[in-house]
Amino acid sequence: MSGARTLAAGLAAALLVVALAWAVPWLRFVLTVATAKGIAVLGILLLLRAGQVSFGHAMYLAIAAYTAAFLAPRIPDAALLLPVAVGLSAAVGLVVGLFVMRYRDIFFGMLNLALSMVFYSLLEKLYSITHGTDGIRLPPLTFAGATLSVEAQSWAVLLSALVLALVAGAAVRVYWSSPLGEALAGIKTREQRLDFLGVPPRLVLLAAYVISAALAGIGGFILAMATRQVTPALAYWTTSGELVFIAVLGGAGSVFGAFLGAAAYELTRVYAAAFVADAWQMILGSVLLLVILFAPGGIWGIGQRLLGRRAAGPGAAATAGEGGP
Amino acid sequence: MSVLLSARGLRLAFGGVKAADGIDLDVHEGEFLAIIGPNGAGKTTFINMATGYLKPQGGSIAFRGRPILGLPPRRLVGMGIGRSFQLPQLFAEHTVLQNVAIAIASRDGIWSAVAPLMRGPVRREAGEWLERFGLSSVAETRADALNEGARKLADIAMAVALRPALVLMDEPTSGVAAADKMAIVETLVRVLRDAGVTAVFVEHDMDVVARFADRVAVWSQGRIAALGPPETVLADPEVRRNVIGTVLDGVAHAAA
Repeated sequence: MSGARTLAAGLAAALLVVALAWAVPWLRFVLTVATAKGIAVLGILLLLRAGQVSFGHAMYLAIAAYTAAFLAPRIPDAALLLPVAVGLSAAVGLVVGLFVMRYRDIFFGMLNLALSMVFYSLLEKLYSITHGTDGIRLPPLTFAGATLSVEAQSWAVLLSALVLALVAGAAVRVYWSSPLGEALAGIKTREQRLDFLGVPPRLVLLAAYVISAALAGIGGFILAMATRQVTPALAYWTTSGELVFIAVLGGAGSVFGAFLGAAAYELTRVYAAAFVADAWQMILGSVLLLVILFAPGGIWGIGQRLLGRRAAGPGAAATAGEGGP
Repeated sequence: MSVLLSARGLRLAFGGVKAADGIDLDVHEGEFLAIIGPNGAGKTTFINMATGYLKPQGGSIAFRGRPILGLPPRRLVGMGIGRSFQLPQLFAEHTVLQNVAIAIASRDGIWSAVAPLMRGPVRREAGEWLERFGLSSVAETRADALNEGARKLADIAMAVALRPALVLMDEPTSGVAAADKMAIVETLVRVLRDAGVTAVFVEHDMDVVARFADRVAVWSQGRIAALGPPETVLADPEVRRNVIGTVLDGVAHAAA
């Protein structure tokens, strides 16, 4: 898809989300959470492009969320708090990244997991600072100086989330086709060649890692605003796994996949939890199994295949599933 | 002619095997220097040492008079030393055009996350390199779908697109169909001469060596057994018996 068409599709999707949230009020929260997680999943997609999987990115989610919770009493405006929280996630990403960049594949994944679990236990054990598993409650934030009612606030969070999602999605797409983004993809197939082209692969991956930490931070900040309560569960390894799960479910090669995956995940979770209380993990697990077995391009890949079939007839369907934006 | 690369007493052993046992070699600016010798003589080891991939255990190596021992490959690339590989090192999921474009962007500064790679001057220059290398017809082919000859050329194109002063090529014609070999070497030599690149290349085909090399270095058990113009070296009875003989035997066996 061309840039302009993709942007139009993104705007249309955002409008659809707003319409849904307006028509079905209880979906507003679910869609906000899905959008937040979608932004964090964009970061996972960046690392996947280099062939690396992080099982610890919930740490960056939690860093931004806790930063928001700690600083909200002093910086009560979302527009001011966001850059501080996301900046801290990115800064920690830079420090941790300098260390984990030396590792690849399973070691990369496990190191991220280990560090995130250390952070999780700190959040849980340092009760006097973090209030342990009880977590911290956020006061209501103002938006660009305006104090809003509870209802208006939930709208403001959703709309901010959608704007951030559009900006982040567009930025990631631009990054993907830039020299740095193509070099990042080169790490997956022939990392050593980059060295012989005069490019340090570790720094290429580090750049992506810092951006992915910032994207997780944006997601974490929105989650904190939406739930108004931060707990150590945000940093737990299952949250990290959830992000990877959504990336694969949605389709690892596309920006839209991240958000489709996140929406499918959250909606399945809500509906499945309502109908078959204790079996929603089983349902999600089965869905992921089916996706991996029959649609390696994820939900986005399936959608593309269907669209391709309708637009160009059955012959084009086979190739339409590949690539993507 | 000035000396571009100068190696003195390079030594490197893997366990008990001496891959380099006192290598002295000067590569002159503008020349095509062929390295011949049996497998295991240390030809690739020399290229790996000269490009920073392996660090010699002894000796010194200088590029344009500056010592480069111990510098990593990417520093040497920045100084003007490029290389290609016996097994082509391409970005498998990128097209041939993208592979060369990544090389060009690497040369000009890869640190942009804003403008698309495949637009403007980079795309145009990548297309020009492919044209010179005769690869235009496979520009949009994914690198993992190429035949061996095209993979070799694409690999070399990436090295040459960096505009190095010196390129070291490890068996640029191995795996290339015999019928295409001379044409590919001719293309290669023309491009390198046009770009003003000095070349060191490992080669097993004595016809290629005789026709295109300015000088030949004969490797034997980690040492240079003979060095000189091809007509002298290839006619040397000692070289014929000890080195070319074994190579020709190898070819004869492969053909049989």
